[in-house]
Order: sequence, then structure tokens, then C-alpha cells
Amino acid sequence: MRIYAIAVFLFLYVPIGIIVLFSFNAGRHASELKGFSIQWYDKALSNPFVGDAFVTSLIVAFSVAILSSLMGTAAALALQRLKGTPKMLFDGLIYVSVMIPGIVIGIATLVALVTVFDFLNPLLASAWPEGSKPPKLHMGYASVIAAHTLFTMSLVIILVRARIAGMDRALIEASMDLYATPWRTFYQVTLPQIYPAILAGFLLSFTFSFDDFIISFFVAGANTTLPIYIFASIRRGITPEVNAIGTMVLVASLVLLLTAQFLLRKRTQR
Amino acid sequence: MPKQSSDSQELDIEFRNVTKRFENVVAVDDMSLSVERGAFFSFLGPSGCGKTTSLRLIAGFDQPSEGDVFISGKSVVGIPSHKRPVNMVFQQYALFPHMDVTDNIGYGLRQRNPKPGKQEIIKRVDETLEMVRLSGYGKRRVWELSGGQQQRVALARALINHPTCLLLDEPLAALDRKLRREMQIELQTLQRDVGITFILVTHDQEEALSMSDRICIMREGQIIQTGSPRELYDEPVDRYVADFVGRTNFFDGDVIDITASTATVKSMSGQIFVGSQPKGATALAKGSKACVAVRPEMIAIKAVNDASHSSNISINGQVMNRIFLGEHSEYLVATEGCGDVMVLSPRSTESMNRSFVPGDHVSISWGPEAALVIGNT
Repeated sequence: MRIYAIAVFLFLYVPIGIIVLFSFNAGRHASELKGFSIQWYDKALSNPFVGDAFVTSLIVAFSVAILSSLMGTAAALALQRLKGTPKMLFDGLIYVSVMIPGIVIGIATLVALVTVFDFLNPLLASAWPEGSKPPKLHMGYASVIAAHTLFTMSLVIILVRARIAGMDRALIEASMDLYATPWRTFYQVTLPQIYPAILAGFLLSFTFSFDDFIISFFVAGANTTLPIYIFASIRRGITPEVNAIGTMVLVASLVLLLTAQFLLRKRTQR
Repeated sequence: MPKQSSDSQELDIEFRNVTKRFENVVAVDDMSLSVERGAFFSFLGPSGCGKTTSLRLIAGFDQPSEGDVFISGKSVVGIPSHKRPVNMVFQQYALFPHMDVTDNIGYGLRQRNPKPGKQEIIKRVDETLEMVRLSGYGKRRVWELSGGQQQRVALARALINHPTCLLLDEPLAALDRKLRREMQIELQTLQRDVGITFILVTHDQEEALSMSDRICIMREGQIIQTGSPRELYDEPVDRYVADFVGRTNFFDGDVIDITASTATVKSMSGQIFVGSQPKGATALAKGSKACVAVRPEMIAIKAVNDASHSSNISINGQVMNRIFLGEHSEYLVATEGCGDVMVLSPRSTESMNRSFVPGDHVSISWGPEAALVIGNT
């Protein structure tokens, strides 16, 4: 049993360890170690394609994180008031949407968007005045952000709802009792109580979107996010540069995830 | 301005035929009551009797399904809690965990429109902290405080707003016994000092008896009896009240004779009891079932061969158990035909006579003035 467990962990972590190790390799080939060097980090960071992909990923991830934490929190607060069958229905739908595989979201979003674009683009073209170029809807930032948000919003809803459920309802009543209007009660009492969950949801959404390859691959259109760039460059062979990029993404993701975990653990004492 | 009548008639809180339903459950059932200004008023009853709902109807967290609630003579039906001039001390205090003591206490003042100045708020928070004996604790986080201190912060947070009426929902339930005793005295003193109406909800009869001017005993959403602690203790209108307030021995039987204020009851075993009928109770009819209630401290315990007054009711029995409680002893006496009877015997009479041990044959007795004949509900 112990050997089995060790084998599982080795299988999980050794490849990751090797990527990190070889990213510091002074040699040119991924197969032999030739001393320590950070030249591949230098190379990766000065590569303009990596830079562009990184910026694209940041823009997408940041928009996704903001949208999903805003909409997710609003949805969680509203769902809190539901009772009975509608509540069960929405709860079920939210959990299902977290469990749907990325590839399904990717294909479904692609098909849906293509259908909508095919329907809308001729309409737009005909409605547009003669002479000027009509706008054309196409895959791009908006479609990746929408597809990612679809998934991450559910994460935020689940996190925030757990936090609201753990919150003392009497706090809200106490605030109302002390002359605070519902709106003031929300930002003076409810929000300070649930913000760790919102922030954790923000960070998780960011990490998810930043690391996601499958959904982005389907709906990103001409935009190249960092995972798509890595995928593309691997086809030309695994270079130590890719290892360096992978290691940087790994460290950044870990930091964000640990921060999220810390925020969720943190209890406002009672 | 509503018309004001004489001082003693001024009402702070009034319920007129208030009913509150939650889906199919009736929490408060056609309740009418009034609380005079400056009174210490308690709702007493077991959990689920509607006492907390009554309090929440005053606070505005719930709205009545039927009837009218008045605060200072004005109907508040439909008015949300943040517009009502009452404040509440919550059962678990509900202090804001993300604020320090000062910010918690000043919360109510900061919501006011127009908002008082910063200096004014600081001054009043300091005064209130002093009133609840927590000077110097302003910068503490609320979770650093002990239960008793949190309790006092909750009181200060409510009282700083000078509410018409302070609502207390089982405020002492979370404290240990000794602290509870201290806070009972403190609450009473505080109420006298600030002079505003306190409305307390509790299931602890001792708490209600020791602090309140008036107590309202509830059951299943209805008021069973309202009165001073002494009235409830000495003249309970039915068995439920007698049982709930203090401890009582009950003897069941049939009413065989009735006069204007007394009744005679014959038990199954043939024992005849005479007792008075409490004021305000539903009148008993001859032949109906009734019970005789006798407080344990009203019963004298003697050796069997002692001579006793002839007018007293006297029953023979055997001591089953004795608990020494310091200032008095509690006996459990198994009687012939009247079940087990609890007797509280004060130390002073015990030293004059002698104390009994389990197995002793004794005679217990009480005068007719000590017994109440009440409906058997």
C-alpha cells in the first residue's frame, strides 16, 4: 500500500520536477544536464512571442476573474434567498457546470458562437449604412472570456455560498436593528464577512483561465494565449525555453492557489 | 403627537390581537398585551412557545400576519427594523467580528441621519463603555473578550442609541452560572439607571422571577398569565403556570365543595384538601377535575407522634431522600395515597427540631392558606 502510494506520487511529481530541473539546464538539449544556468529564462522572457502570449493570457485571465467574481457573488447572494425546488434546481445546475469537462465547454461554446455569428453577421451587414465597413463578429477575446467565465462563475458561486452559509445571520439583523439600511448593511457587514471567499474565487478563476488550454484552443480565434503558445512550440520539439516558461507558470499558479487556500482558511473569529 | 394619558398608563409596547403564522405553523396566536413605560418585562416559556417571535415582531424582523403592534402609541406594522426606535441584544450577541469594540458600539450612531460628529461619537462611546464598566477596552477585538465582556459590549451597542425599548433575547443563556447571577443584578441596576423599558425573552424562570417587574407566561403562541413575579408564584391561574414558575407539589382530585374563594378537593385515595382559588383563574365547578398545588417550602415536616394543629392538612409518610442544600434541606417523602411530596425545610426550624434521614416515618402538614386549587390543564 505504501509502495503504491509512493509510486502514485512519483508518477505525479517527477515529470514536474524534471521540467523545473531542466529549465535550469545549461545545455542545449533536454536530454542531458550540463550544469546550472538561467539563460533559458532570459531567452523566454526576451522572446516577443512569449511576451505577447503572456499579455494575452493576462488580459483574458484578469477579465475572467473580475467578471466571474462580480457575477458569481451577485448570483450567490440571490440564490441564498431561493427556497424549495428552484433552489435545488439551481444548486444542481451549478455543480453540474463545474463537473462538465473542458472539452465539452469548448466545443459547445464554439458551436453556439459560430451559429450565433452566422446568424448575426449578415443581419449586421444589411443593417449597416452603405459605404462604411460593417462590424464582423468573430472569435477573439470576448469569446474566450465568455467561455472561461461560464465555468469559473460557478466556482465563485460555490465558494461564496459556503461562506454565506457559515455566516451568522444575526449579524445582518443586528445591523438592521442598529438603523442601517439594507444597502449599508450589505457593504458594512455582509461584504466584509464574505470578501475572503470572493477574493479566493477571484484568484481561482484567474488561475483557471490563465492555465486553461482546452477551452481557449477552441474559442480563442486568432489570439494566442500562453498555453496555446506552449502547445504550438512543443510541436517543434521540447526546448529548455518551454521548460522555463512552464516553470514560471507553475510557480505563479501555485502562489495564487496557496493564497486562495489561505484566504478560505482564514476565519474571522467568532 | 399621540395623546398622553396619566403617567402610569403610558404604554411603550402594545400588541392588539397579533397573530403570526409561518407557513402552516401559528407562532403567535391572537395575542394582546401592553408594556408600561420603564418596566422590566419578561416573556417566559419553553422553546417554541412564541416568545422569541413576539420579540422579533417588536424589533421588526418579522411582520405580524394579523393584528397591530404599537411602539410608543404608534403602529409600526410594515415599518422595517432599521426605522424602529428599539434595539436588541442578541442571544449570541451578534457583535461584528471585523470591528473593534469602539466601532461595534458606535455602529448605531454612525447610521443616523444626520450623522453625529466624530468627536461626539467618541465621547458617547466612551461614556457608554464606562456605563458597562469596560473603559479602556475600546481598541480590543470583540473575539478577544470573555463571554461576560461580549455581553456588556452588546448591551452598550444597543443602549448608546437611547432606544425607546431594549429587547433582550435570552441574553444570559451563553454565560456560566456564576456570571449569569452577576449579570442579572447588573441588568437590573442598569435598567433602573437608564430608566427605559427592557423586554426580556427567557426560558429560565429563575431569571425572569429575579429581574422582572412583570412576566408574561406563554404557551403555544398564547399568553397564559401576565403578572408580577409574586402574583405568578402565589396565584398561578393554572397547573402549567404553577409548574413552570418555581416548584410545586400537585395532588389530583375532584372538586366536592366550593365557596366564593375556596374549594375542597377529594383525591382518589379519599384525602380531603382545602385550598383557595387564585384570582383570575377560570372558575371551577363542583364535580370537575382539579388539582391542589402546594409549594414545598410551605410544608412542615415533623415526627409522626408530634401533635399538630387540627385545621392543618396532615399526611403521614416515609422519608425517601434528603438533600442537604446549606440554607435548607430538601426532603422527598413517600406518602400513603398521595404520591411523593417534596418538602423544603429551612435550617432554622431544623435546628429546633431535628433533621430526618431516609426511612424515618414523618408527618407532613400545611395550612389551608398554603394550598391553591386550580384547574387541571
